[in-house]
Amino acid sequence: MFAGLNDRSWLWIAAGFYLAGLLLGTVSLLRSNRQSNALINTVIALGYAAQFIGLGLRGRAVGGCPLGNTFEIFQFTAWSAITLYLIVGVTFRLSLLGYFTSCLAAALTLVSLAIPAWDATRRAHIFSNPWIELHAALAFFSYGVFALLALTALMLILRHYSLKSKHLGGWFSFLPSILELDHISLRLLMTGVIFMSASLAGGAVYWLRDPDSVTASKIIITVAIWLAYLVALILRLRGRLLAKRFAWTCVVLFAAALISLGPINASRNPRALAPPPHAVPR
Amino acid sequence: MNAGHLFVLGATHHTAPLAVREQLSLGADSAAALAAQVAKLDGMREFTLLNTCNRIEFYGVAVDSSALARVQAAFCARQQFDPAEFAQFQLSLRNADAVRHLLEVAAGIDSQMLGETEIFGQVKAAYAAAQAHGYTGPILNRVFQKAFQAAKHVRTNTAISAGQVSVANVAVDLAQTIFGRLDGTRTLLVGAGEIGEKTARAFQSRGAGSLTVASRSLEHAMQLATALGASALPYEQRAARLAEFDIVVCATSAPATVLSGADAAAAMRRRPARPLLFVDLALPRDVEAAVAELENVFLYNLDDLARIADENRAAREAELTKCRALLSERAAALWEHIEPRLSDLAGTADRSAPSPAETASQRSSSDANAMPSPRA
Repeated sequence: MFAGLNDRSWLWIAAGFYLAGLLLGTVSLLRSNRQSNALINTVIALGYAAQFIGLGLRGRAVGGCPLGNTFEIFQFTAWSAITLYLIVGVTFRLSLLGYFTSCLAAALTLVSLAIPAWDATRRAHIFSNPWIELHAALAFFSYGVFALLALTALMLILRHYSLKSKHLGGWFSFLPSILELDHISLRLLMTGVIFMSASLAGGAVYWLRDPDSVTASKIIITVAIWLAYLVALILRLRGRLLAKRFAWTCVVLFAAALISLGPINASRNPRALAPPPHAVPR
Repeated sequence: MNAGHLFVLGATHHTAPLAVREQLSLGADSAAALAAQVAKLDGMREFTLLNTCNRIEFYGVAVDSSALARVQAAFCARQQFDPAEFAQFQLSLRNADAVRHLLEVAAGIDSQMLGETEIFGQVKAAYAAAQAHGYTGPILNRVFQKAFQAAKHVRTNTAISAGQVSVANVAVDLAQTIFGRLDGTRTLLVGAGEIGEKTARAFQSRGAGSLTVASRSLEHAMQLATALGASALPYEQRAARLAEFDIVVCATSAPATVLSGADAAAAMRRRPARPLLFVDLALPRDVEAAVAELENVFLYNLDDLARIADENRAAREAELTKCRALLSERAAALWEHIEPRLSDLAGTADRSAPSPAETASQRSSSDANAMPSPRA
């Protein structure tokens, strides 16, 4: 039944599961019921599996990590965020994180699928060697981590708001505690910075060998994002950036990181553009 | 032909005022003695005695309706209560109504504090005691077990037990909202009065970590600290050592504030990453309102906590209709199942069916183990 499906079909199925998770969580919240983590996690895991197959098919067809256009980058970022959620969410059992992750994954995947222009062409042979491929994969994986961080930070903002405004009932009652959210946000920030640093270190080695291979704008934007997250981490560890300000910083930085994807993608060393192969399983 | 009866007889906070309930209340020994007496009554087949501070209820299965009058007479005689007066305050339900009542009691929707869960444990204990003494049989066993299932179902699928409805427990919930698990938290209680003590006990009962008491009288502070297994702090050090604590419960009768915004700000400079919760239960207030403006500091006073408790109570009340519908459905299904058994019971009334006392006696002769003393 699924044998003939191409990569985009699998990615539509994945988006459908993420949307189902979002709807399930919304209905549950509107009914003021405590959400079933098991149910939401199952729906997310099914979406994750479908996305894994879709990205796998695309990767096999293009002969590398599928990061050749905005569509693929959005899909990969959503997939990275879900990967992290499946580790963090299951380990720390943060209520509502599954719901928020479904929101983010549904938004990223549906938007990327709904804009055909994002997948009309892709850069062919973007990775001249596996190390560059690893550099790109690590960079976009760190974006996935920052996406999840933005979600926990958003939950932290909502929790602060509920406590300061003294509205603790309704769906606010399902939010995790401030300390849990703060701890998990800090860990995610550290994880994201580590992945991004590793990616930049790998990219720097390659760039030093061949400075013309990367445009200045790409370097400036990427390093600026990395520096911003690094400074946020240092300030947080030194107790200078705390609570709501820390949470807002994480949300704003992720918005900036997401916006920077367009310029970064556009400024990659120009290569021949080709339509993407709509891969089907062999 | 008379059908067998399932009944509940007693008095609850709905039917009798506190003064009457005081006269009707049974101590553990009296309850056990009364149970032994009821077990020997003619026509009684099964029974359970539920005896809590707000209700005394006999759930029984009898071959005819006269057994119910005998239970009432035995109870009134033991309590030296006029049977005619008891009739004014009594709760008396039969068959399907009695089944539904038990389900509602077990689910906590008949409780004075709507949705409380303690009653579930009390009903379980009462049933376990009756079962251990051989006072229950196939009908009550099924009714009680189904009542426990129904209570769990209602608690899981409705918000009847959601949120706390007492100020002390709302304060604990609040702390959990900030700190999650409370075992690693440090609590300072300022004031050694009754409200503060009650709140401190609520924190301890929910697993709060270390507790320190500060009071204008160091002697009072030490007394309360000893009673609570806590430590005492000289009152004048309360502000200087504020940074050591995560939760500060203030309940003094001081005429002016005892902790200022400057005190809290100084404390936060020493522990910026960790939130600080002030629970101000005093009137006039103990904590300066400016504290609430500080980042990562949360201040809740008596009005705030009372409003949350009221909201939770209202939310529970809003769930009542849903709970009743769920329980009625289950009670009806259960009654459908046990009604034929009650009819069979009436058919065997003339034959020598064993009374609870006989069952208990048979059981004790065949089982060398001693029965646990009844709890109700």
